[in-house]
Amino acid sequence: MKKILHVRYFAILREQRGLAQEQIETAAATAAECYEELRGRHGFTLPADRLRVAVNDEFAPWSALLGEGDTLAFIPPVAGG
Amino acid sequence: MFRISPEVIESAALQSLLHDPRAGACATFEGRVRNRNDGQAVQALEYEAYAPLAEKEGARILAEARARFPVLHAVCVHRVGALALGDLAVWVGVAAEHRGAAFDACRYIIDEAKARVPIWKKEHYAGGATVWINCAPRGPADPGPPPAG
Repeated sequence: MKKILHVRYFAILREQRGLAQEQIETAAATAAECYEELRGRHGFTLPADRLRVAVNDEFAPWSALLGEGDTLAFIPPVAGG
Repeated sequence: MFRISPEVIESAALQSLLHDPRAGACATFEGRVRNRNDGQAVQALEYEAYAPLAEKEGARILAEARARFPVLHAVCVHRVGALALGDLAVWVGVAAEHRGAAFDACRYIIDEAKARVPIWKKEHYAGGATVWINCAPRGPADPGPPPAG
């Protein structure tokens, strides 16, 4: 079943996508499926195993099931400090 | 308190959060923008954060530091935006009764913050090139990112 999601992109993903956030319609059931779909569409260089994912501003497993209206954020390798 | 700051970090004001008559020790750490990384001349840096999650994860790190070490106060502020060489990028301050806990907690907080908090660093080099640190794709011959500095 298709659902509407809000997606946030940071750092290298934001630049590769060309925007910081967008609303998408997807049939992806999990965060992992959603990333693969978007990676195929936008050519993101980083594979999912280099990223973490957050759902609704909290870290989540890649197997997290997505619900209508969820906010998804893909988190490239961090480099604070 | 863990905060992401788009404005210049005022360390003197943050120091005042550590004043406590019970504290015999205060350890602070300042991370500053360095002019070289991995053999390249760095001209400027950009930091970007996923602020809501960064502040949650940062608060968890401070809570862990309080649970592991007998500290009275622990504070960390990380800058975002465009920074010049020498600018303060991150400030950590810990007050404790004794110096051992103050040093240990300060080290724990900065190490965990670098490893876990969703903050990204883009380096601008002398030749005009830019790189998001730790984000290069890895090929078979790629040894991976250099050790964190």
